[in-house]
Amino acid sequence: MKNYYQKEIETASREEILKIQNEKIVKQVRHVYDNVPYYRDLMDKKGVKPEDIKSVDDIKKLPFLTKDDLREAYPYGLLGTDLKNCVRIQSTSGTTGKRVVAFYTQKDIDLWEECCARAIVAAGGTDEDVCQVCYGYGLFTGGPGLNGGSHKVGCLTLPMSSGNTDRQIQFMMDLNATILCCTPSYAAFIGESLAEQGYKPEDNKLKAGIFGAEPWTEEMRRSIENSLGIKAYDIYGLTETSGPGVSFECEEQTGMHINEDHFYAEIINPETGEVLPEGEKGELVFTSLDKEAFPLLRYRTKDICILSRKPCSCGRTHVKMTKPLGRSDDMMIIRGVNVFPSQIETVLLNEGYTPNYQIVVDRENNTDTFDVYVEFSPEQFSDKIADVQAREKALNAAMRSMLGIGPKIHLMAPKSIQRSEGKAVRVIDKRKLHD
Amino acid sequence: MAITQLSAFLENTPGTLSQAVTAISDAGINIRALSVADTRDFGILRVIVSDVEKTKEVLSQYTLASETKVIAVKMSDEAGSLKKILNILENARINVEYVYAFTSAIAGSAYVVLRINDLDVAESVLMGHGIEMLSDEDMKDMLG
Ligand SMILES: [Zn+2]
Repeated sequence: MKNYYQKEIETASREEILKIQNEKIVKQVRHVYDNVPYYRDLMDKKGVKPEDIKSVDDIKKLPFLTKDDLREAYPYGLLGTDLKNCVRIQSTSGTTGKRVVAFYTQKDIDLWEECCARAIVAAGGTDEDVCQVCYGYGLFTGGPGLNGGSHKVGCLTLPMSSGNTDRQIQFMMDLNATILCCTPSYAAFIGESLAEQGYKPEDNKLKAGIFGAEPWTEEMRRSIENSLGIKAYDIYGLTETSGPGVSFECEEQTGMHINEDHFYAEIINPETGEVLPEGEKGELVFTSLDKEAFPLLRYRTKDICILSRKPCSCGRTHVKMTKPLGRSDDMMIIRGVNVFPSQIETVLLNEGYTPNYQIVVDRENNTDTFDVYVEFSPEQFSDKIADVQAREKALNAAMRSMLGIGPKIHLMAPKSIQRSEGKAVRVIDKRKLHD
Repeated sequence: MAITQLSAFLENTPGTLSQAVTAISDAGINIRALSVADTRDFGILRVIVSDVEKTKEVLSQYTLASETKVIAVKMSDEAGSLKKILNILENARINVEYVYAFTSAIAGSAYVVLRINDLDVAESVLMGHGIEMLSDEDMKDMLG
């Protein structure tokens, strides 16, 4: 027997979905044009009027929004309603320079939590379940989103937040958690910790896990499923678009259904901006259809995906997206934190180093390793070990304050960082994140 | 009366030490004293050589090299002579960063190299106690 949180909309016919989307987009564009001067200017510059948008087919006429726009408009520039109507702020995990804040009205929160509820029910969740949420709570959307979704489904919710693995395991075992929500790497870590404590996969009551916020492979999925004795489901979202639950996996585990009654998805050529047909690989672009506080039209996610409308055995009719297959920019996600090589370069120059560096990212025991190799100069070199170590430590601290995570710093002799065909290789990502 | 030591940065990959030492000998330079300090991630080679400028040139081709002034003291035969020197410095509140020893087959003696931040003070304190220190000239004369 198949379960849906909102069966009518989740299994609506293509025509019904299109009808809903067409009605909503007209209103959403009007709402943005009337309330968000920043985007109104973009539309005016492109010569697009709200009345030009009569259906989702017209979305391609609208200008794109990028993360740069979000930074430029920080903090209130993309707000679509009076602050007094807003009840919540969430923010990305980035640095001060890269931070994005998103606003929510109560209605925005309700719709977001409904999206998460759909994901939980798709993973087999009911009001009989005990849902352990160990995503971070706070500004990060993971904890609040799944927590809200779990309430909507009626699960008994364990708001654990992240960390303190021993306590996670104690609550999981003592309170018979049946659904686990966290990042895939933390799920793998919990699996290992359970085994270390002598538990077998069948000793826990877990049946499903909803894992997102970082890239993971099919191989990792199988290993988590085996170590916890569960079925593992992927979930996708961005703070900019609300948080997790923009799309989620069903039991078929072949892509994530996008909640099309709230988000319109396009795949574009990241170079030209041209909209690509279904089945082609390109950058994922989202248009919110019914957001009040933080409506975003044609927001470029930088995630490279493929969309598919092949009928799904679960009965859901909403379009499916693949896991992100890569990025259209050079952003890396390391231990859940977004890192751009340019940030590392900035720190090095600020601290008086040459921009000759190399970032090496790998994954050991399901945790990302993060190493930065930096060439230093004769003036910076000392015959004392402690001086060199102090330099490494100071650079680690400067990176940590910029990025939110501190890499292991390796000072190197000049010209010792490998170059390929004369061009420096800035990033070596040895993780196998994409199948 | 200090002598010149050269330090070179060694990455912690196999062969970096022998590469450095080979490069110095291949250039016809004598290494009179050598010490390596290392951590898990990197090492620092410290040498006292017959030709500082040439060694610096050789090392700088592939790693970082820097000159440091250090104090070299001849060890007398009596027991506890190193302890005596360290005591003198300690009583004068002079901090010793590191120490290493070398012997000279030609001179038939042992020497100790002391790395001290406040070199001038250390020199005058040691001289005050009648401790003899080597100069760059002495190194040349004695060790050929
Ligand atoms: Zn499905």
